[in-house]
Amino acid sequence: MPLAIVLALIVFGSVLFHFLSPWWFTPIASNWGYIDDTVNITFWITGAVFAAVVLFMAYCLLRFRHKPGRRAAYEPENRRLESWLAIGTGIGVAAMLAPGLVVWARYITVPADATAVEVVGQQWQWAYRLPGKDGKLGASETRAISDTNPVGIDPDDPAGRDDVVVQGGELHLPVGKPVALLLRSVDAVHDFFVPEFRAKMDMIPGSVTYYWLTPTRTGSFEVLCAELCGVGHPYMRGTVVVEPEADYQAWLAQQQTFEQMQAPATTGAIDTGATKASATE
Amino acid sequence: MVDVTHGGPTSGASTGVAPGFEIGELDLYHPKSWVTKYVFSQDAKVIAIQYGLTAMAIGLVALVLSWLMRMQLAFPGLLPFIDADHYYQFITMHGMIMVVYLLTALFLGGFGNYLIPLMLGARDMMFPYLNMLSYWIYLLAVLVLAAGFFVPGGPTGAGWTLYPPQAILGNTPGHQWGIIVMLVSLMLFIIGFTMGGLNYVVTVLQGRTRGMTLMRMPLTIWGIFTATVMALLAFPALFVGAVMMLFDRLLGTSFFMPAIVEMGEQTAYGGGSPILFQHLFWFFGHPEVYIVALPAFGIVSDLISTHARKNIFGYRMMVWAIVGIGALSFVVWAHHMYVSGMNPGFGFFFATTTLIIAIPTALKVYNWVLTLWRGDIHFTLPMLFALGFIVTFLNGGLTGLFLGNVVVDVPLSDTMFVVAHFHMVMGVAPILVIFGAIYHWYPKITGRMLDTTLGKIHFWVTFLGAYLIFFPMHYLGLLGVPRRYFEMGETAFVPPSAATLNVFITITALVVGAAQMLFLFNLAWSLRHGREAGGNPWRATTLEWQTPETPPAHGNWGAERPTVYRWAYDYSVPGAAEDFLPQNQPGPDPVVPGHAIAEGAR
Repeated sequence: MPLAIVLALIVFGSVLFHFLSPWWFTPIASNWGYIDDTVNITFWITGAVFAAVVLFMAYCLLRFRHKPGRRAAYEPENRRLESWLAIGTGIGVAAMLAPGLVVWARYITVPADATAVEVVGQQWQWAYRLPGKDGKLGASETRAISDTNPVGIDPDDPAGRDDVVVQGGELHLPVGKPVALLLRSVDAVHDFFVPEFRAKMDMIPGSVTYYWLTPTRTGSFEVLCAELCGVGHPYMRGTVVVEPEADYQAWLAQQQTFEQMQAPATTGAIDTGATKASATE
Repeated sequence: MVDVTHGGPTSGASTGVAPGFEIGELDLYHPKSWVTKYVFSQDAKVIAIQYGLTAMAIGLVALVLSWLMRMQLAFPGLLPFIDADHYYQFITMHGMIMVVYLLTALFLGGFGNYLIPLMLGARDMMFPYLNMLSYWIYLLAVLVLAAGFFVPGGPTGAGWTLYPPQAILGNTPGHQWGIIVMLVSLMLFIIGFTMGGLNYVVTVLQGRTRGMTLMRMPLTIWGIFTATVMALLAFPALFVGAVMMLFDRLLGTSFFMPAIVEMGEQTAYGGGSPILFQHLFWFFGHPEVYIVALPAFGIVSDLISTHARKNIFGYRMMVWAIVGIGALSFVVWAHHMYVSGMNPGFGFFFATTTLIIAIPTALKVYNWVLTLWRGDIHFTLPMLFALGFIVTFLNGGLTGLFLGNVVVDVPLSDTMFVVAHFHMVMGVAPILVIFGAIYHWYPKITGRMLDTTLGKIHFWVTFLGAYLIFFPMHYLGLLGVPRRYFEMGETAFVPPSAATLNVFITITALVVGAAQMLFLFNLAWSLRHGREAGGNPWRATTLEWQTPETPPAHGNWGAERPTVYRWAYDYSVPGAAEDFLPQNQPGPDPVVPGHAIAEGAR
């Protein structure tokens, strides 16, 4: 008897909590409103099932609780009922799965006009690489990393020379333009996560992973690492600034290119080689 | 249709013919001393208790660790000895202990050992000596695991998922010895488990008594049996993963290690694949969820049926659901890896399989609830816990539909939503079943009842407390609060109210943890002071309640093993004098009004 009442209270309390709780998605700042929609569809369907099953249970506990002289019914199976329940569940599951898969297809298909921006994770900071005037990112690999080459750009790839490298600073993105984030790590597994963007993907040393988004409003957003990457994991933060195109271009112009990063030490043999290579270009 | 669930009008006593045993009587080892009876025992019942006590002891360590990490989350800095290193060591050990060393060991080693021979009318496991070895290797694994706290650098803090490269890189606590000790302990556990697991499977297939067909077995046995088969197939993946990681750590191989720059220095590793480990881990890790869940499903079915005095609704559907879930659970593992960086095309396949598995799981929930319908519900302690399980399992299962649906998982993965989900579905829910099962079978194990008042307090605090801890936690995840953060610090999108919620959760967790001490006290106190139980206090049908002695003696059955005439769920059979017919009772056969219903039972 008390349990029946408590179960009903759990249902009503949970529903009330859902609508009244101050904790909910942060205001979205990307095109992934679709993801919020799929989450909401799932909440409606699962919420209805939860309420229905638990309330039915509460009713049974009240109605069929033991009283002297009561005897349970004897009903081993009811094929028809079981089939209908299976079909109903199947429909509910399909109603959640279908939109989910459609949105997933969009999530993993990068639009052709997206600008590539590389994000490199290392314990415990973020570095970024943006294409220079040629609009292309040069090849890169972990083995090429050195003091003057923090993200491991291949010094022999001419496309990499004008790449803009931002280390330890903010990432700026133009509002309203699709951007493909190419994700790399040089040590542990990290994950570049901006809650307002909703999107997320692990970055794995030795591979390049990706996701894409279109920032939809200007502002400054916090980046968190979302995959345990060692003892400094909670401190691996960063900032993404979304701003109008003109401001973005102004910011980009101030950043160092890979070539400029090599410039200060002009006496080293490697640097001479790099200079020669750029002269022949 | 083959007559499966109980004897038809012509079977049982009226014919008096039961098929002979497939194999002869087991040659049991009869202990001659206290040591061979209670320490190096080959009696499955003693081994079960050894498993249970060891699992609960190491589980207490995990409980204290959870308190400590909750303290850090709610009151950062209040306990100065909890630094980031310790925090990560605590979450790692808590997770690994709970999943492997407590839940797996308790369900299979504990309940499996106790219930398989008794429920099937066997005298013991088929290989009693191997069974004994299984426990002692498990104990060794637990001791090696606990030794992690005392080695230089402490236990590993890589998270229970042990993802490389992080697990063996220098900036992870316990990279010196902790990770080695952890991997060795897991390998020992798997070796020990394999010995026990083969025993359970062979006993279920070969050790059943006369008349105990597979489709007459209680669902408890179906759950444990299927889970054991799964564990035998899944654990080897973890084993080879552990071996390879051990090689990477000790011999400098690069199975899981690509070229890595560690703190500005190039390392000697190169060419390996971190994601390979994730596949191996989750090929074990996902079936593991069901290795814990299926025995819980089975046990809870029997608890609900017994205490609602009604047959389990849709027995055959329940059996096929267990087997189907077991099979499907081997093709869903990568739903833990949607945002891992594997080929994103896999997402379509794994989201589909994962949501399909929801259907048999949902049917099980419906059938539990439909068993209550038109029942005669006794609110005994086992029943309370079983009902609490349905609520928490349903809640946790439904949030699984968020995380299983690939794109919905994207914003939620690696947040507190995940933590809330898996605690609800494979933490709270199976543990409520364990409690229900202990309240249910304690009278058989000890001959005495557990105290009801203490038990009720234990139930209400645990059930409501656990719901209050984990239900609101989902919403922190929606907000974007990541899991495995030693501290959030100042984060723009996290409002101060989230800190208040964390304080609430922590205080509730301390109370719920404390309530478990009440349970342990009850276990100890009732051993001497509990009410005498008699042989069958719940008036249950299954064979373990029909033993000639309580607690059952070595060999279980006296001179003659029982013969089974009916399925395990003949409660409230129309026309029968009592509201239950034990499986070994030859008659009377049920007189069921309306032959259509009786047909369903066959």
